[in-house]
Amino acid sequence: MSIIKEVRISAVVTLILLVICCGLYPLVVLGAGQLFFPHQANGSLVLGADGKPIASTLLGQAFTADKYFAPRPSAAGTGYDSTSSGGSNYGATSQALHDAVKQRVADYRKANHLSDTQLVPADAVMASGSGLDPHISIKNALLQVPRVAAARSMNEADLKKIVARCTDGRDFGILGDPGVNIVKLNLTLDGTYK
Amino acid sequence: MTSSAFGWLQLALYLAALLLITKPLGLYLIQVLDVRGRTWLDPLLRPIERLTYRLGGIDPEKEQHWKQYTISLLLFSMVTMLVTYAILRLQAVLPFQHLFNPQGFAGLSDHLSFDTAASFTTNTDWQSYGGESTMSYFSQMVALASQNFFSAAVGIAIAAALVRGIARHCAETVGNFWVDLVRITYYLLLPFCLVFALFLISQGMIQNFKGYDAAALTEKQTVQVPKTDASGNPVKDAQGNPVMVSQVVDTQTIPQGPMASQMAIKMLGTNGGGYTNANAAHPFENPTPFSNFIQMLSIFAIPSALTYWLGRMVKSPGHGWSVWAAMALLFLAGFFVCWHYETVGNPILTQLGVDPADGNMEGKEVRFGIANSALFATITTDASCGAVNAMHDSFTPLGGLVPLFNIELGEVVFGGVGAGLYGMLVFVIVAVFIAGLMVGRTPEYLGKKIQSFEVKMSMLVLLVLAMDILGFTAWACVSAWGKAGLNNQGPHGFSEMLYAYSSVTGNNGSAFAGLTANTYWYNTTLAFGMLIGRFLMIVPIMAIAGSLAAKKLVPAGPGSFPVSGATFTFLLIGTVLLVGALNFLPALALGPVVEHFLMWSGKTF
Repeated sequence: MSIIKEVRISAVVTLILLVICCGLYPLVVLGAGQLFFPHQANGSLVLGADGKPIASTLLGQAFTADKYFAPRPSAAGTGYDSTSSGGSNYGATSQALHDAVKQRVADYRKANHLSDTQLVPADAVMASGSGLDPHISIKNALLQVPRVAAARSMNEADLKKIVARCTDGRDFGILGDPGVNIVKLNLTLDGTYK
Repeated sequence: MTSSAFGWLQLALYLAALLLITKPLGLYLIQVLDVRGRTWLDPLLRPIERLTYRLGGIDPEKEQHWKQYTISLLLFSMVTMLVTYAILRLQAVLPFQHLFNPQGFAGLSDHLSFDTAASFTTNTDWQSYGGESTMSYFSQMVALASQNFFSAAVGIAIAAALVRGIARHCAETVGNFWVDLVRITYYLLLPFCLVFALFLISQGMIQNFKGYDAAALTEKQTVQVPKTDASGNPVKDAQGNPVMVSQVVDTQTIPQGPMASQMAIKMLGTNGGGYTNANAAHPFENPTPFSNFIQMLSIFAIPSALTYWLGRMVKSPGHGWSVWAAMALLFLAGFFVCWHYETVGNPILTQLGVDPADGNMEGKEVRFGIANSALFATITTDASCGAVNAMHDSFTPLGGLVPLFNIELGEVVFGGVGAGLYGMLVFVIVAVFIAGLMVGRTPEYLGKKIQSFEVKMSMLVLLVLAMDILGFTAWACVSAWGKAGLNNQGPHGFSEMLYAYSSVTGNNGSAFAGLTANTYWYNTTLAFGMLIGRFLMIVPIMAIAGSLAAKKLVPAGPGSFPVSGATFTFLLIGTVLLVGALNFLPALALGPVVEHFLMWSGKTF
C-alpha cells in the first residue's frame, strides 16, 4: 500500500460522495418537499393583502400594543430578530437575569392590571431558547385576555374562544406542552390570518 | 393528568420506541457492515456501489490490517477537512453566488474556518458562529452537510473494525475502510435521511433555495441599538458606556435555505450542528413536539442498534443487551436528575413573583416545556450529538451538570454513532480487567485474554479524555483571552469554559452558549481539543482492534467472567461512573455544585 494511492482513493471517493450526498440527495429532498409540502418547505408564510409575506406562523414577532397578546421576552437581536436566533444564555445566578426578570414581572402586572401578589407565568418573563418562540402558555394568554378585550371592545368569552382556536395542543394528546400561537392569534384578531 | 404524568408518559413512549427499533435496525446493520450483505435496496444501490469501487480503484474483497485501515481513515478525514476548509474560506467567490449565496455572506476568517472544519470533520459540530448570519447555502449544503455524512460513517466504521477484532481470532485484518465508508453511507445513512428529511418538512422545516424573505411587521417596533460611527465601531460616552439610539424595526427577515436535508443527517449521524444559531430550539429546525420526539429517537437509533449488532457479531446476544441495559440505566439516571432540578426551578426568580409551578423556563420553548427540554439535553449529551432544543447555559446548576457530566463520562451512554460503542468497549475492557484483579485471574473478554497492551491502550484513551478537557480548561481559566469570552460571572463563568472543552473533547458540540468563542485563541484551542479528542482516541482503539483480532481463543472455563447478565451490567456502570467521578468531580465541585448552593442562598453575580 502506498500513501499516494490512498490519497488518490480519498480524493476520488470524496468527489463521488460529494456529488451524491451534497448534490443528488438535497435536490431530491427539495423536489419532493416542494411537491408534497410547499407551504412548510417555504417557511409557513402568511401573506398580506398585497401577496407579500407579513409573518411566518412558526416565528414569533414582537407585539407591544394593548390590543395584541404579548409574546415572550426575546434575546434574539433587539427582539424577535430572526437573523440572530438564540437565548439570553444567562445562568441561574446571573444578576442581569435577576434584574431583567424583576422588571418584566412588574411590567407584566402593571400592563394586565394584576395585584402585586399575583404569580406571573414563567414563560411571560423568561426568554425562550430560540428568541423566536411563537407560543405562550395558556395561563399566560388567559391573564392577558381582559386587557386585550378591553382594548378591542370585545366580549371576553368571545376572545377566549379565539384563543382556544389558536392553541396548539399536545401532539397526539401526549407529546410536548400546549401553547397559544400568538402570531396566529394576533393576526386572526386583526383579520389578516384565516 | 398533571404535567409530570405527561413527562412520565413521554419517557415511557420514548424508551418503548427505542427498544422496538433496536433489533430490526441491528439486523439491518448486519447486512450493511458485511461486504456480501444483502438489503432490499440492492437493485438500486448495488450498481452505484460497484461503480464507486471501480472509479476509486478499490478492491472490495481485500481486507486491511488495522494499520492500513487507520491510515486510510486518517487520510480520508484529512482530505475532506481540507475541502471543508477551502469552501468556507472561499464562500464569497465561488461560482453561482446568486443561487448559492443569495445573502452575499463573506468568506470566513482563517481561525473560524479552521475551527469549523475541525469541528465538522470530528463529528463535533461545535459552532463559533450563527449559521443564519454566516453560512452561504453552498457552505451549509456541501462544506458542512458532507462532513455530517462522512464523520458519522467514519465513526461507525471504527466501531465495526473494533467489533470485528473482538469477534475474530488469529486474524490479520479488521475489514476494509473504503467498503465500510461506502456501504454505511449508501445503505444506512442516505435512505433513512431521505425519509426523515421529508418527515421534517411535513412538520414545518424549510427546504428551498430562495433568498431570505422580508415580512412586513404588523406592528412596527422602536428599539434601542448601540450607536456606531462611520467605520461601524460602537460610540461610547464619557463614562465609557455605549451610546444608544432609537431605531424603527418594520420588517422581520426570515431565513430560508436547504435546511431539512442537512438536519436529517445532523440528527441521525449524531452531528448536532445547527443550521441556525438556536439549533433545534429554532422553530424551523424543530417545529413541533412530534418532530422533537422523532429527532430524539434518531439520535439514539443507530447507537442503540449497534449494541444489538455487537451481540450478534460476537455470538453472544446477551452481551449486547447487557451493554444496552447499562446504557439505558445511565440514561435514565441522568434524565431524572436533570428533569427534577429544571422542574424545581430557580429560587432567585420565584422570589420575584414568578410562578414556581412553571419550573425554569429561561432558554426553553413553550412547545417542548420542561420535560422535553430535560429529555433532549440528556439524550444529546449521552450521545455525542450536541444539538440542543433549549439553552443549557440557562439550566439550573445541577440541571446543567447532567449534560456536562454526560459528556465527561466519554459519551458512552448510547453515544455518538460508532463512537459510543467503541468508547463503551474501552470501558468494558477496563471493567473485565478490574473484575480479573478482584478475583485474581487473568482477565478474559469473550474468550480473549486481556493483556497489558489492551489495558494500556484503554487507559491511554481515558487519559487523553481527562487531559484534553482539564488541561485546556485550566489554560483558559488563567488567560485573559479565556475570561474575555465569558457571558456569566462567578462559578457559572468557570462552568462555561469547562463545558466548552468537555464538549469539544467529547466531540459533542453543544455549549454553554453564552461563551463568545469566535476569537483567535478560543477557535484555535477548541479546534485542537476536537482533533485530539477524536484522532488520539481512534488510533489506540484501532490498535486494540488489531491486537484482539490476532489473539487465539481460549475456551471458556469455570473462572471465566461472564459478560452478560446483571452483574456485568452493574460492574460496567460502576466503572464508567468511577472513572468519570475520579477525573471530573473536583472540577464539577468548583462549577455547578458550588453554584447550586450559592443559588439557594440567593447570591448573584
